[in-house]
Amino acid sequence: MAEALATITEIATPGMIQIRADLDRAGDAIAEAAGLAIPAQTRFSAAGDRWLGWMSPDELLLILPRADVAEAVAALNDALTGEHALVLDVSDMRAGFDVIGNGAGEALAKLAPVDFARLAGDGVRRTRLAQVSCAIWPVGGGYRVVGFRSVADYMRGLLQGAARPGTTLAPR
Amino acid sequence: MLTLTCPYCGVTAEETELQPGGEAHLKRFGPGSTDDDFEAYLFARKNPKGVHFERWRHAYGCGKWFLAARDTANLQVFGTYAAQTPHPTPDIVALVQAARPDWQPDWTETAPATQAETAEKGAH
Amino acid sequence: MSDNHSFRLATGGRLIDRAYQVPFRFDGRQMRGLEGDTLASALLANGQLMMGRSFKYHRPRGPIASGAEEPNALLGLGRGGRFEPNQRATTTPVVAGMVTSSQNCWPSLNADIGAVNNWLWRFFPAGFYYKTFMQPRGAWKHLFEPVIRRSAGLGKAPTEADPDKYEQAYGFADVVVVGGGIAGLAAARDAAAEGKQVLVLEQNPHWGGRTPTDHADGQGRVDALLAELRALPNVTLRRNTMATGLYDHGYLLAREALADHDPNQGIPRQRLWRIRAGHVITATGALERPLAFAGNDVPGVMLASAVRDFIGDYAVAPGRRIVVVTNNDDAYRTALAALDAGLEVPVVIDARSTADGDLPQAVRARGVRVLTGSGIAGVKGYRGVEAVKICDQTGSGDVRETVEADAVAMSGGWSPVVHLWSHCGGKLNWNADSVFFAPDPARPPLGADGKGMASATGAAAGDLRVAALTGAVQERSLLPVWVMPEHATRKARFKMWLDFQNDVKVSDVELAAQEGYESVEHTKRYTTLGMATDQGKVSNINGLAVLSKALSQAIPATGTTTFRPPYTPLTLGTIAGEARGEIFQPLRKTPMHDWNERHGAHWEPVGHWRRAYCYPKGGESHAAAVAREIRAVRASVGTLDASTLGKIIVKGPDAGKFLDMMYTNMMSTLPVGKCRYGLICSENGFLTDDGVAARLSDDTWLVHTTTGGADRIHGHFEDWLQCEWWDWKVYTANVTEQWAQVAVVGPQARTLLERLGGMDLSPEALPFMGWAEGELAGIPARVYRISFSGELSFEVAVPANRGLELWEKLHDLGRDLDVTPYGTEAMHVMRAEKGFIMIGDETDGTVIPQDLGLNWAISKKKADYIGKRAQERSHMTDPNRWKLVGLESLDGRVIPDGAYAVASGRNGNHQRNTQGRVTSTYFSPTLNKPIAMALVLNGPDRMGDILEFTNPGGEPVKARICDPVFYDKEGTRANG
Repeated sequence: MAEALATITEIATPGMIQIRADLDRAGDAIAEAAGLAIPAQTRFSAAGDRWLGWMSPDELLLILPRADVAEAVAALNDALTGEHALVLDVSDMRAGFDVIGNGAGEALAKLAPVDFARLAGDGVRRTRLAQVSCAIWPVGGGYRVVGFRSVADYMRGLLQGAARPGTTLAPR
Repeated sequence: MLTLTCPYCGVTAEETELQPGGEAHLKRFGPGSTDDDFEAYLFARKNPKGVHFERWRHAYGCGKWFLAARDTANLQVFGTYAAQTPHPTPDIVALVQAARPDWQPDWTETAPATQAETAEKGAH
Repeated sequence: MSDNHSFRLATGGRLIDRAYQVPFRFDGRQMRGLEGDTLASALLANGQLMMGRSFKYHRPRGPIASGAEEPNALLGLGRGGRFEPNQRATTTPVVAGMVTSSQNCWPSLNADIGAVNNWLWRFFPAGFYYKTFMQPRGAWKHLFEPVIRRSAGLGKAPTEADPDKYEQAYGFADVVVVGGGIAGLAAARDAAAEGKQVLVLEQNPHWGGRTPTDHADGQGRVDALLAELRALPNVTLRRNTMATGLYDHGYLLAREALADHDPNQGIPRQRLWRIRAGHVITATGALERPLAFAGNDVPGVMLASAVRDFIGDYAVAPGRRIVVVTNNDDAYRTALAALDAGLEVPVVIDARSTADGDLPQAVRARGVRVLTGSGIAGVKGYRGVEAVKICDQTGSGDVRETVEADAVAMSGGWSPVVHLWSHCGGKLNWNADSVFFAPDPARPPLGADGKGMASATGAAAGDLRVAALTGAVQERSLLPVWVMPEHATRKARFKMWLDFQNDVKVSDVELAAQEGYESVEHTKRYTTLGMATDQGKVSNINGLAVLSKALSQAIPATGTTTFRPPYTPLTLGTIAGEARGEIFQPLRKTPMHDWNERHGAHWEPVGHWRRAYCYPKGGESHAAAVAREIRAVRASVGTLDASTLGKIIVKGPDAGKFLDMMYTNMMSTLPVGKCRYGLICSENGFLTDDGVAARLSDDTWLVHTTTGGADRIHGHFEDWLQCEWWDWKVYTANVTEQWAQVAVVGPQARTLLERLGGMDLSPEALPFMGWAEGELAGIPARVYRISFSGELSFEVAVPANRGLELWEKLHDLGRDLDVTPYGTEAMHVMRAEKGFIMIGDETDGTVIPQDLGLNWAISKKKADYIGKRAQERSHMTDPNRWKLVGLESLDGRVIPDGAYAVASGRNGNHQRNTQGRVTSTYFSPTLNKPIAMALVLNGPDRMGDILEFTNPGGEPVKARICDPVFYDKEGTRANG
C-alpha cells in the first residue's frame, strides 16, 4: 500500500486576534504591541510562538498562545488609543489542520485553485478549500490550513480524501 | 471562467473565488430623487457588448470589492482598480483606450473629485 | 459468409504484449485479448467485428475508426454500480475480468428486432419526428412519446450508485501542449527551451500519435524527442489525459484516466484537471473522413487509418482481402501495411484520374491493381463485407466489375482537429487546396490580455504530414469527393451514411436543403447530423459539403456548426469530484452538534447549518415532540441552540450613522447596554433580514442576523462601506462562529440561570431588552434579555469552545425544572403564537415591512435608509397591497401552507382571482387550535371577515381574519 500524500492533523487552535486598522498610520503601534513586524501584502511574520498574518489592506491576524490573548488584546487596544481600529478575540471561531508530508502541496492542489509552487515561504493565501473559505500558509514540511470551526469535519474529510494513498499527482 | 487580479492584495483569483456585483459606478439616488432618476439607478443597466466596468468582490480572499474594466464580448481585461472612485480612473481610461482607441468615456466630469474636495463642496 | 472476418495476425503489434493474455466477456461470451489491446482490437482479434447497432435503423455496425472519433463501437461496461453505457471500444483498454455488452439491440446483437426500422427507411426521413408527431395533439403524449421513449437512447443508465472514487486537481503551466504526437512533442521542446513551464497532455497511453505507424523510423524520431523532454525539469508529460474543453482566460479542462475500469487499484478512477494555462498549443492532429458510397456502414468498412492502426498497433486484421478506396495518397499506406502483414489487397480504387505519387507507385510495385477515376457503387453484405462493386467516379454508378473482399479501407482525406481551438472563439479558414477547415492564426481565441491564448501546430494547424519532423514522403493533391460516384442515383444516396451513430445519410441532408434548411445549424438539428455522442467528429465536414452542394454554394459559405466542449464525454463522477457522500457539501455544525445528535435531534437544514428541528423521545412523532417541547417551555424552561444566529460587530466613530442607513429604525440612539429589534431592507425596499442589535459601547454594536443571513448581511454591510461611504469610519467583523449561543426560555429561565451563579440577572439588573456581561458558572458570558417566544427569555453567548459546557450545565442544574431542549419548529410555532414574523415565511423577496404591520420599526425621522426611497414608489404605497393578519380556522383544520384566499371572478388566464395567501400555519399546542398568518387584501381593516382558502385534494378551508397575536396579547409573560 502506498503511503498517504500527507498526514492530516487537526491542531488545537491557538489564540487568535483579529486586528483592523489603517496599517499605514497604526502599523508601528501594532507591531510594537504584537511583538512582530507588520508583514508585507499577503505575507506573514513570525517569531517564537507568535505569528502575524496580512489578511487584507486593513486587517491582520495575530496568532499566539491562548494564555497571552487577553494581555495582547489589552496591549493592542492601548497602542491603538485614538485610532479608528478594531481588536477582537476570535480564538474560538476557527479550526486548523496541518497537512504535512512530501505530497502536502499535491493534496491541497486538489482542493484549492492555487498554484502552491508559487506561494512564498512566508506567504498566506486566502482562498477556498472546495466549498469553504480558508487561509493556507507554509509550515515546516507542509502547510497549515485554517477555516471556520463549523466546517471542521468537512475540511477533515476533504483533506483526508485528497491525501489518500496512491493518489499522487505525479505523471504516471 | 475568468481570472481577475485583486488590486487590494495582488492575488490573481479565478472566478470561483470572486463574487460578481454587476455594473460599477452607479450613482445612488435616495429619498427626494425623481422617479425617473430612481428607476434608472435601481433598474437600468448599460449591458454593453464591449467595454464595461464591473464590481467584483474578492469573496474567498481579502474580502474587498474592486472594479474591473473588461470587454464583455471577448473577455479581455483592461485592468482592475479600487472601488473608491466615482468614475474609472485616468489610468484605467488610458488602458482601455490603448486597447480600444475608438472607445470614449460616457461620463462628463474630466477628473474625479477627491474625497476632500467633495467634503469641502458639501460644507459650503 | 459469417462476420468472423477479423483475426489476430501471427506477428507484429506495436502496442500489444503477447506474453500477457487478458480474459474478458462480451455479451456473455468468454474472450481473450492481449495486454495493450483496446476493447475494439481485442474483439476484432476474437472475430467479433459487429459491435453494435445503429441508433435509428438498428443496422449492424462495426468500428470504423481506431480512436476517440469512433461513432459505432459503443459498449456497456461493467456491472451493478460500475455499469457504464456508451463506452468507446476503440479507446477503452481491455482489462482482465472486464464485462462488456452490446447496446441498442434486443433480444441480441445478431437478432435485433429493432432492425425492422431498417426496412422502413423510406418512412424515417429527416425531420420524421417533427412531421409525423405534430397531429393529433393528444397522440403525442399518449401514443408516440411512450413508444419513442422506450426505443430511444443508446445504452441504459446504471441504476446503482457508482462505487468508484473521482477527484479533481488544479494545475498551472506557462504552456500546455495538447497532443503528444510528434508535433506536440516538438512544440513542447521549443517552449521548454524558452524557459517555460510546459505541460504536455496525451489522450492515449502512448506517445507519438500517428508517426510510429505512418512514417519510416517514426518510433525512433518520437523516442528521441521523448528522451530529450524527459531530461528537462520544466516539462511534465501526462498520458491518458484527454483535454476536453478550452474556456475563458486559458482555463483548460482535462480528464486523466487513472484506474479506468480497474477498481482493484484502490485509487480514483479518473481525475479532472482544472488547468490554468498561460498559452495552449493545440497539437491535436487530424481525423480521417469517410467516403460517402452506398453501403459505407457495413461492418468491415473502416477508415483507412483505422485499418492500418489495427494491423500495425495491435496485429489485428479486419479481413483477409482488403479493398482500399481513396481520393488521396495517404490511404496507400494502408495498402502497404496490409501487404506487409501478409494480407491481400485485390485492388485500390482511387477517385482521382491519376495516381502517380510515391505511395501509389510503391503499391503498384507490389503488384496491386490501382483503378483510377473509379469509385464504389455499392458494398455487398449486411453483417460483413462480401464484395465491392466498382464504377466510374464521374458516372452514376454503373457497375464495371465486382471484386470479392471482406474489408474496405476508405479515405476521404483528413480534417484537422480544431475543437479546442474553436471552443473559446478561435476562427477557422477553409483551405481549398487541402480541402479542410484549419485554424486561422490571425483569429485565435483571446486571453485576458486580449492576445491569442492558443496556437495550433502540426496536423492540427493543417500541416498534415509534418514533414519537417516525420520525414514524410511527398504526396499528390487529393480530389474532393463528397458523394461516390459523383452522379449516384437517388436510391444509392439512401445508403450513403454521413453520421453513422445517428443514422444520417446523404439523402437526409439533401432533403433538408430541399425543404429550405439553408443554415448548417438548422440542418444539424433537423437531421441530427453530428448530434450523437461522437459529436460528428467523422461526419461534420462530409455533411456540410453535401449541404453546400445541395445549396449550390461554396463550403466556406455554409460554414461549420459550433464546436462545443467536451471533446469527448466526461463522466458525471469527474464533474462531481470529491463532492459526494459525507463531503457532498459543507455541513455547518454548532458547538452543541454532537450533544444534539446524541439526544436524538431530528435535523433541519438551514443554509448549510444543521439545526435541531425537534428532539423526539422514544417513539414520539415529530409533531408530538414539538408539542411537548412547547408546553415545557411555556410551563417551565427550555433551551434552544441559537449558535447559528449571525453575529456581526460594527465599530467606529460612524458606526451609529452607518447602522441608521442599514436598518429601517434608529440604531444610533440605542443606549449602551440596551438591545433593539431591527429590520434590514434591500435598496428595492424589500425586507431581507431582521434581528436584535445590542450596543456594546459608545462606538461598538453587535448585531444579530438570521441563521441564513450572516454572510449575506455582512457582505451587504461591507458593500456599502467599501463602495458607497468609503470615507465613513466603520469596521465590521463577522464573529458568528466565535460564540455559542443558548436561548434559555420560560417562566423558570431566570431560576435556572441563577443556579449557574456569577451574574445578577434580576429584572432590575437586567431589564427586558437589556444585555449584561459577566461570568456564568465561571464561563465568560454575554446575556441578552430578548424574547422570540413571548416568554421570559435570556440569550446567553459564550466563547464557542465553552458552549457545550454551558449547555450541559444548564441541563444538569435544571433537571428538577424539567428543562427541555427544544428545536426550531417549537421556536417557529411559539413565535407564530406571538405574531412575530419570520424571514422567509412572512417575507419572500416581494414583501416590505409596511406589509407586515412593522411601521413601528420604521423611523419617520430619518432622512434616508437603504430601501426608503423604494418604499415611496407608488406600487409600494398602494393601499391595496396585501397586509399581515392572523387567521382562525373555522372547522379546526390546519390551513395548508401557502394556500390562497380566493376572490370572486377569474383572471385573464381563467384562474380564480385571489385576495390573500397563508405565510405561516401551525397547530398551536398552547392554544390547542390551529393558527395561521396571512397576507390579505385590506386585511387589517377586515377583522372578523371569513375567507376561503384553497386546499388541493380536499375541501376548501374557511378561516376568520383576526389579530396575528394569538397568545399573551398584553405581553406580560416576557416580564417573568
